[in-house]
Amino acid sequence: MAQSASKNRNLARRRLIGGLGIAVALACAMIGAVCLLIILGFVIVQGAGALNRDFLTQLPHPVGVPGGGVGNGILGTFIILGIATAMAVPIGLLTGIYLSLFGRGPIPEALRFLSDVLSGVPSIAIGLFAYAVLVAPLKHFSAFSASFAFMMLMLPLLVRTSEQAIRSVPQTVREGALALGMSNFRATVRIVLPTARPAIITALLLAIARVIGETAPLLFTAFGSQFWETNPNNPMAVLALQVFTYAISPYPNWQAQAWAGALLLIGAVFVLSLGARLMLRRAMRGLEA
Amino acid sequence: MTTIATGELLATQDLSAYYGNRQAVAEVTIAFRRKAVSALIGPSGCGKTTLLRCLNRIHEINFEARVEGSVLLDGQDIYGGDVDPMAIRRRVGMVFQRPNPFPTLSILDNTVACAPKGLNRREKMEAAERALRSAALWDEVKDKLKTSPLRLSGGQQQRLCIARAVAAEPEVLLMDEPTASLDPIATAVIEELMSSLCKEFTIVAVTHNMQQAARVSSVTAFMLADETGIGRLIEVDDTAKLFTKPSDRRTEDYISGRFG
Repeated sequence: MAQSASKNRNLARRRLIGGLGIAVALACAMIGAVCLLIILGFVIVQGAGALNRDFLTQLPHPVGVPGGGVGNGILGTFIILGIATAMAVPIGLLTGIYLSLFGRGPIPEALRFLSDVLSGVPSIAIGLFAYAVLVAPLKHFSAFSASFAFMMLMLPLLVRTSEQAIRSVPQTVREGALALGMSNFRATVRIVLPTARPAIITALLLAIARVIGETAPLLFTAFGSQFWETNPNNPMAVLALQVFTYAISPYPNWQAQAWAGALLLIGAVFVLSLGARLMLRRAMRGLEA
Repeated sequence: MTTIATGELLATQDLSAYYGNRQAVAEVTIAFRRKAVSALIGPSGCGKTTLLRCLNRIHEINFEARVEGSVLLDGQDIYGGDVDPMAIRRRVGMVFQRPNPFPTLSILDNTVACAPKGLNRREKMEAAERALRSAALWDEVKDKLKTSPLRLSGGQQQRLCIARAVAAEPEVLLMDEPTASLDPIATAVIEELMSSLCKEFTIVAVTHNMQQAARVSSVTAFMLADETGIGRLIEVDDTAKLFTKPSDRRTEDYISGRFG
């Protein structure tokens, strides 16, 4: 009897602790979610008013002239991200393939370590590096130097996730290809990589989402521009940069536009993340079989 | 070192296989009968799958895996210094324990994934039909060649893998417990297929299942791990003889279920 009573007491205590744990975890999750919703709501309230067609399609107007937009910044964001992606994808993917094929030994370990370090380097330091190698020697700001900085920011994410994506393809699939007499590289490119493709695209979308709102490295690379600039060798307007400039300006018109720009950026990240989730779901389905 | 006088297509000589420092198979010398099914039987961990994987050099794709001794394919040592493992794997096809069709390729593209190069569209189609027919799968998939292989049943997927191996026009077919993940009906289909394929190919099949070895093979090899866990070849003989009058006491214990 005494034993069973102590057993019951023990059980009650364990239930209590378990319940408390769940409550604390839930509260923490709520705090995070609520913070996010507040930020989102705030940006929508402040920015939605200035968000209209002119804002998306027009050049910035000079101070004091109402209206105007960030059309050139949106275009510049696309150009700079496009160039950065075009450089980061082949390098990141091939490095990921290399790491997944020849994963052991000092060189791959060093690569992984460096890639982890690179992912922890503050973006402003990356921007400074781009400034030192591509802006200072050429004596002018350029969109390309911003793309270069973005590429450095995207690389670690692409390298590690593409390695993981390739590794997550069942070994039996790879063996099947090798057993047919395919070379290691061909088996990877023709059979393994397509199987891993949804996961790799997910990684790419997340990498783009990661850099689309980066502002610090743009300050001394893309620099900004008042015109429709499409030459990557020239300074170029970028949305994130315009948000920064407008937000710290003393003009209410510009401040409202900064909020609208921030809303655009959040919207872009939202869409990219959603796309990444959808791709990931496809990837999981593909691997189940 | 004993030299085996053999006119057989595939044979091993003093073959040992290692994973790093651990030896998995020791000194196996065996010749596989041409255009017949040879079965490798033995309890789990006796090295039969490792032995099989040495025969097309797929063993060595594992990190730190290595091989000593030789495997003779038509008299040539496939572990010779100037031999390209990819060329060997084209001559020695393999079917795995679990069906492993390429998930992103269609049924058709799976079949001809490694068909001989330089075929035009029509020749490819013919090669695919021939391979799928010889894998007894054509009638079931001929209307959905462009669809994903993942929609097929497990047994159909396994036959697709057999078709894929056959389409590469190998001389030898290795089968690593090809029915281990299949139900009895699908198993019967595959066994029947093995009996018909051995008219064209030299087949070496690993199986857990003694009845299966008795049903499909003409030669059976029995392997057993010694007390240090190293797999050794105990006995190889005509299947009928091995299952009725085994010459080794350990073989008799195993096939009569008195295995400790």
